[in-house]
Amino acid sequence: MSKQNYIRAFSHIKNHVVSLNGEYLYHDEALDFSEFIKRAYKSLDTSYSKFFKMDNLSKLAFLAADVLLEEVNSQEENIAIVLSNRASSLDTDRRHQNSIEDEANYYPSPAIFVYTLPNICIGEISIKHKLLSENSFFIFDHFNAAYLFDYAESLINTKKAGKVLCGWVDFDEENYEAFLYLVSDKGNRIHNKEEITRLYTL
Amino acid sequence: MSKLKQELKEKIIEQLNLEDVSIEEIGDDDALFGDGLGLDSIDALELIVMLDKDYGIKLSDPKEGRKIFESIEVMANYIAANRTK
Repeated sequence: MSKQNYIRAFSHIKNHVVSLNGEYLYHDEALDFSEFIKRAYKSLDTSYSKFFKMDNLSKLAFLAADVLLEEVNSQEENIAIVLSNRASSLDTDRRHQNSIEDEANYYPSPAIFVYTLPNICIGEISIKHKLLSENSFFIFDHFNAAYLFDYAESLINTKKAGKVLCGWVDFDEENYEAFLYLVSDKGNRIHNKEEITRLYTL
Repeated sequence: MSKLKQELKEKIIEQLNLEDVSIEEIGDDDALFGDGLGLDSIDALELIVMLDKDYGIKLSDPKEGRKIFESIEVMANYIAANRTK
């Protein structure tokens, strides 16, 4: 019989707000995403020298993961990462496309090109938190609590991971939304589809 | 030459997204990679694109970049001697 798992902590970044376990950490209404995420990064005293080189999707995923993992301060090294979104890396794909459209001015940027896959953001999180764990990135039409639940349970129950960082990180033009949560054998919120959906919609 | 060095510092900060670095902090002889500015392999590729796009210099062998990108001083000398635009 499978052990009961829990949602240890969760974070959101949406609508100009960074929150952890439902409490505001940073809020700035009047900013576009690039300025908002830069100020949030500085305000939250985050330390990662490559942050400003990341694309928008990676900045979003990285900061949502960082506030959560720093809070939990887990010694667990085997934290799998299972993320999902709708727009894949479309925002960066468009920027890359713009740089190669004009044959007479064909200068693709290596720094942009390396982010033309959505799972690169998992790499950024893994580097910062020294994780050498299982990871996956799924593309769905919308947030899919059932799929993430089954996947996280499977990773823990088959001992592929001790904990699982799950969630949704979507960036398309100026629309952005991150919801991450950590599944663990400890916590006070039961890990089930209903609770995941409830926290997502907070 | 000092104008070119200033221009290179501005371009490096802007194009490599060195958010927390100011022009004054980059010495002409400071190492750009390793312990200096801490640039990485993707930054090196960006600098190769910059040489082509802004100065008309095509590096046929990316390994050439190791010497050319040693410092602002070395870069500026190389660009001044080889630029086509």
